[in-house]
Amino acid sequence: MRQISGNKLLVKALKEEGVTTLFGYPGACTIDISDELYRQSGIDIILPRHEQALVHEADAYARTTGKVGVCLVTSGPGATNLVTGLATANYDSVPLVCFTGQVARHLIGNDAFQEVDIVGITRSITKYGVTVRNREDLGRIIKEAFYIARTGRPGPVLIDLPKDVMAELGSAEYPKNVNIRGYKPNTNVHMGQLKKALKMLQKAKKPLFLAGGGVNIANANEIFTSVVEKTQVPVVTTVMGRGAISTRHPLFIGNLGMHGAYAANMAVTNCDLLFSIGTRFNDRITGKLHEFAPNAQIVHIDIDTASISRNIHVDVPIVADAKEAITKMAEYVTECNTKKWRTEIDTWKNEHPLSMKNRPLMGPLDIFNEINKQFDKAIIVTDVGQHQMLTSQFVDITESRKLIMSGGLGTMGYGLPGAIGAQIGNPDTPVISISGDGGMQMNIQELATAVLEELPIINCIFNNTYLGMVRQWQKLFYGKRYSMTNLRVGALSRRTNGEEYPKYTPDFIKLAESYGAKGIRVTKREEIAAAFEEARKSTKVPTVIEFIIDPEEMVYPMVKPGGTLADLIMDC
Amino acid sequence: MDKGVKTRWISLYVENQVGVLSKISGLFSGKSYNLDSLTVGTTEDPTVSRMTIATVSDDETFEQIKKQLNRMVEVIKVIDFTDVFVRMKEILYVKVRKCSAADKVELFQIAETFKARVIDYGKDSLLLEFVQTATKNDAVVKLIKEEFKNIEVVRGGSVGIESISMMER
Repeated sequence: MRQISGNKLLVKALKEEGVTTLFGYPGACTIDISDELYRQSGIDIILPRHEQALVHEADAYARTTGKVGVCLVTSGPGATNLVTGLATANYDSVPLVCFTGQVARHLIGNDAFQEVDIVGITRSITKYGVTVRNREDLGRIIKEAFYIARTGRPGPVLIDLPKDVMAELGSAEYPKNVNIRGYKPNTNVHMGQLKKALKMLQKAKKPLFLAGGGVNIANANEIFTSVVEKTQVPVVTTVMGRGAISTRHPLFIGNLGMHGAYAANMAVTNCDLLFSIGTRFNDRITGKLHEFAPNAQIVHIDIDTASISRNIHVDVPIVADAKEAITKMAEYVTECNTKKWRTEIDTWKNEHPLSMKNRPLMGPLDIFNEINKQFDKAIIVTDVGQHQMLTSQFVDITESRKLIMSGGLGTMGYGLPGAIGAQIGNPDTPVISISGDGGMQMNIQELATAVLEELPIINCIFNNTYLGMVRQWQKLFYGKRYSMTNLRVGALSRRTNGEEYPKYTPDFIKLAESYGAKGIRVTKREEIAAAFEEARKSTKVPTVIEFIIDPEEMVYPMVKPGGTLADLIMDC
Repeated sequence: MDKGVKTRWISLYVENQVGVLSKISGLFSGKSYNLDSLTVGTTEDPTVSRMTIATVSDDETFEQIKKQLNRMVEVIKVIDFTDVFVRMKEILYVKVRKCSAADKVELFQIAETFKARVIDYGKDSLLLEFVQTATKNDAVVKLIKEEFKNIEVVRGGSVGIESISMMER
């Protein structure tokens, strides 16, 4: 029987899994794999500038294509740089398979050069992780990794590859089937439970759908929309669930939660049946737990049993894939009488619509309006902070417009690499990244990757010279003591002789140009449209648009940390 | 909030692989679950290990623990011993040093009372072996601690298996 090296089998396995793009950064322990990839063509290799960005790129690629994102990094620091990205993907249920190099088996445990116990380090932030200790297990382990990553509640899987195992000759067989006795994800819907839930829906006077990220991950948007239309039951979404139904749909109320719309939070507080699908009831959406949906019976459909009844008490739990459950629902649902209830919701909508203060200066809302106007089809990627929450409030997400972000972990620095991964996976869709000046600088080196991969990403930087979301908390709850949030002060914060703050550094425009990207600075409302038009003309070169934003812009409404959903700060 | 806080037992079938014990114990520490006792050993199938775990928790937390264990790829089966008749024992060794003759007599009496065995004997020391429930072992340790100064205690943690016909624990 023909025998091949582990390195050869790995590349063969990737091809059989249908991998067309791999995000990789080389090193001593993976140089043989790099060599094998060089010799066997057929897989596009993306070379980012930092492993953290690398894993975010694979993550966004996976989120926007539905495929498994594949990473290859070396041992030691290459592997530890994955940590933040793995945790990000784990929270947001993103399927990844990450290969890490490892020192040869006889060196493991010796504190060898670039040796770390990466499986141990990442144990609590991966769905599964394993070191391949025998060459004969390699094929099976890779097969299982892809299966585990994409099935059930998707998540990141890490495979640690000791260099000598990969060099060893062994079977050329890549298994066709998977059988893991401890892992049998269940997707089938328990019809009895579902029918019970639907009966409650039919009976309810104030029913409400709550859609989370699970609806988007399962690609159930279309069928969900038809269920909503059939039943005439209004919808609120989590930030991750935004787009489960078009945000322009008349039955869509808004996001709930800490920065949710007033009407959405009031609807949750007043509904008598909360029919939730694919959400974890994270603390940012529930507010004070005891007063969350106090009048409602709660139905919860989720693929992850451990997500059900963890944070809130659920009356009807249903373990199922969102799409399968909703498809089954579509067969049985009929119109609910929600007219009166919807009128009540409309009153809340009119009372406090989502809005931002009208200021003489250009504000985020002007930018969002222009995005809504100019881009029918787009993938919007945000970083983390004020701009993220504002995007989730004001950018319309429709059938052809997708929103991705680090929702669960809240990883600053996700925006730019996220946009790169999304654009690589979707070359024909405009990709817009929206970042603050803080988050942008956490992975700004990726401008090089974007330029070299010829990606016409539009990178919007909302530059308010502050770490705005923390500043917002300081403004509201910490007596305006802006500790550690002003990105301009530096050494000046330790001197008291009244010197002016230095100019903002870096100059994002010059920086963009130095990377070979286009740079446009926008300071006035009138310049916004032209800047986007200019950026859209580019087909191969990324554009950085820096918007100069007033630091006093705030995200409202806001639930006070630890407060209830109904207790909103509307403005100050 | 402390609804039904009590000791609960789980029997766990897991893959006999490197890192599994660490993953299970890491789940308990990472999620702030109480881990009172954990024993592990291989089964009749050398690729499978079986753990007996004791945790002090309320109803809701215990439900979460079982769900979290169940979703681990390496966990093959979770058995809740709460409402099952089980046989459960723990091994306990107690070494007592600097014994007087009277001490020894007393230790032999203790051994007889608790159905323990004296398994080793020195000029002024004794080694006792108890195989009984963890609760009884607690009592024995407490008793011996009160009576003797120079003692050394080591406990194995409980192992449990479902009863066949017995209706008691």
